Amino acid sequence: MADITLRQNEEAILEGLKDRLPDLAYTLERSCDQLALLVDKKDIVNVCATLKDLPAAKFDYLADLCGVDYLGKGETRYQVVYNLYSIPLNHRLRVKTNVGEDDCTVDSVSEIWKTANWHERELYDMFGINVVGHPDLRRILMPENWEGHPLRKDYPLKGKGQREDFSFVPENERQPTRKPEIESEDW
Amino acid sequence: MKPASEPVIQSDEEVSVETREMKINMGPQHPSTHGVLRLVLDVDGEKVMKAESRVGYLHRGIEKLAEHGTYQQAITHIDRLDYISAITNEFAYCRTVEKLLGITVPERAEYIRTIVAEMQRISSHLLWLATHALDIGAMTVFLYTFRERETIMDLFEELTGARLNNNYMRIGGVSKDLSPFFIETLYKFCEEFPPHIEEYDTLIRENRIWYGRTKGVAVISAEEAVNWGLSGPTLRGSGVNWDVRKAEPYGVYDKVDWMVPLGEKGDVYDRYWIRVEELHQSNRIIQQCLDQLPDGPILVDHPKVVAPPKEKMNTEIESLIHQFKLVSEGIQVPQGEVYCATEVPKGELGFYAISDGRGRPYRLKIRAPSFVHLGAFNRLARDAYVADIIAIIGTIDIVLGESDR
Repeated sequence: MADITLRQNEEAILEGLKDRLPDLAYTLERSCDQLALLVDKKDIVNVCATLKDLPAAKFDYLADLCGVDYLGKGETRYQVVYNLYSIPLNHRLRVKTNVGEDDCTVDSVSEIWKTANWHERELYDMFGINVVGHPDLRRILMPENWEGHPLRKDYPLKGKGQREDFSFVPENERQPTRKPEIESEDW
Repeated sequence: MKPASEPVIQSDEEVSVETREMKINMGPQHPSTHGVLRLVLDVDGEKVMKAESRVGYLHRGIEKLAEHGTYQQAITHIDRLDYISAITNEFAYCRTVEKLLGITVPERAEYIRTIVAEMQRISSHLLWLATHALDIGAMTVFLYTFRERETIMDLFEELTGARLNNNYMRIGGVSKDLSPFFIETLYKFCEEFPPHIEEYDTLIRENRIWYGRTKGVAVISAEEAVNWGLSGPTLRGSGVNWDVRKAEPYGVYDKVDWMVPLGEKGDVYDRYWIRVEELHQSNRIIQQCLDQLPDGPILVDHPKVVAPPKEKMNTEIESLIHQFKLVSEGIQVPQGEVYCATEVPKGELGFYAISDGRGRPYRLKIRAPSFVHLGAFNRLARDAYVADIIAIIGTIDIVLGESDR
C-alpha cells in the first residue's frame, strides 16, 4: 500500500532544501504519520518554489491551502497551511507558516500554483489575512460588503447581528417572534 | 399580397455596424448552472473573452458549524456538501476522523463502504451524464439514465432510509448491514447495467452533433491541469494517471481488479468518455466486492468510539455510561492533525482536520473539488463561444453545495 507520508524521500527533500536555501530555518512536526514543515513567513514563497522544483520532491500539486486561528493558544495567532502533493512521486507534505495579528499578511504562492488563487481569496475572506502579491484579492464566499471574517475564533457562530435584520418584511410590519429564553454560550 | 421586394444590396460604405464588448450576467438562477453558480461573461460577439465565476450563494458555513458540534454531528452537515453523492462525502469524513483516532475498520464494513461508495459514484455519474447531455441538447439520455439511477436510489432507501442525504456511515464503520434483498437486487442491477451503458452510448457516443459540441472544447494540457489543481475525471481527461483510489488505496480498492480510464486530448469529449468508462469500472468493483463480501461485524469494537448496542445499554451500567459520554461529550479524539484525500465522483475531496484533544474538531477544512474546478473556469473558457460555456459547466461536474460549503 502506498504510504501517503514521505519517509523514503524525506531525507533527500530536506537535503535538497538545505542545498538550495542554506539559511532556511525550519521545524519538523509529525502527526498521524504525516510530516509538516514549519517555516518562517518570509521564506514561504522560496520554500514552495523549491519544493515544486526539487527532483526528489516534485510537489506539482497544491491540494489545499487554508488558515487556522489559534486564538489564545500560541504566540502567533494564525497559521497558514499548505497541503502539497506530488503526482509523479505520490507523496504528501504539509508546509506551515505562522502569521501574527499585528502583521497579518502572507506572500502569495499563486505564481507557483495557479490553483492557489481561489484558496488565498478564501483565506482572506475567512480569516482576514492579507495575501501580498495576489492578483485579485476579494471576498469569495461571503458577500462583498460583509463585515468580519467568519472563521476567526472570536467570530460568534450566530453572526454579529447581520441575521437579525435578515428579512424582506419591514420592521414595523413584522409579527413578533419568539426568542429562546436561554442563551447558551456556544449557540 | 405584395410581391417580395428586391433585396437591396448595400455597399460597405453605407453599413456601419458598431461592435463593442459586452458584459453578460448568467445565473445564479439559470437552469444550466447546476445550482446557484453566477458567471459574468465578457463577450465580443459570440466569443467569450473572460468568464468570471462568482460563488458563495449557497454558503452555509459548514466549516464553522463543524467546529461547534461533536465529530458525529458533523456527518449530517458533510452529507450536504455534494448533496447528490452524500455517501462518498461521509466516507471521506469518517476516514479522516478514523485516521486521527488511529483505528481500523472491520473488513466487512470496508467492503460495504466500497460497495455503497461505488453505487454512489454510478448514481452521481448518471446524473451528470443526464444533465450534461440535456444542457448540450441531447434530451433523451436523461430519460434512460434516470431509470437506472432510480434503482440505486431505491436501494439506498432500503439500506439507509433516505435517498439523498443518507447519514449512513459512522466513525468506525457503517450503521446498518446489507440485507439479502439488497445484495440480490444489486447483483441483478450489476448484470443488467453494462447493456444499459451501451444504450446511452448508442445515443451520443458517436453522434455527430455530440462530437461537434464536445470535441476540441475547453482543452487543457496535463501540466496546466495539474497546476490548476484539477482532480478526478476532469484531470484524467488530460491524460494524468492519478486516481486517489489507486495512489493511496483505501476501502478495498486494492483488493479488487479495476482500471483507471485515461483521456488524451483533455477536451469535453474525453472527460465524457472517462466518466462513462468509470461507470463500467464501478460496476466491476461492486460485483467483485459482492463476491468477496466477508462475514463479520460492521462497526469497530471500541466503546469510546462506537456506542454499545441497545441490549447492553439496557443491562450494563458501563455501557450506559459509554453511551452517555459519547452523546454528551462526543468522541474524544487525541491531539493531532491530518489531511486525508478521498476520490469522490467529482475529484479529490480532502479533509484537513485538527484536533485539540476534545470532542469537537478544532478546525475542519474541506477541500472541495468543485471549488477548485470553478477556480479554473476562466482558463477552461479561453477561446470558447457562449454556447460552449454550458458544455464547460457540465464537463467540470460541479455541485455548488460543495463549492460554497
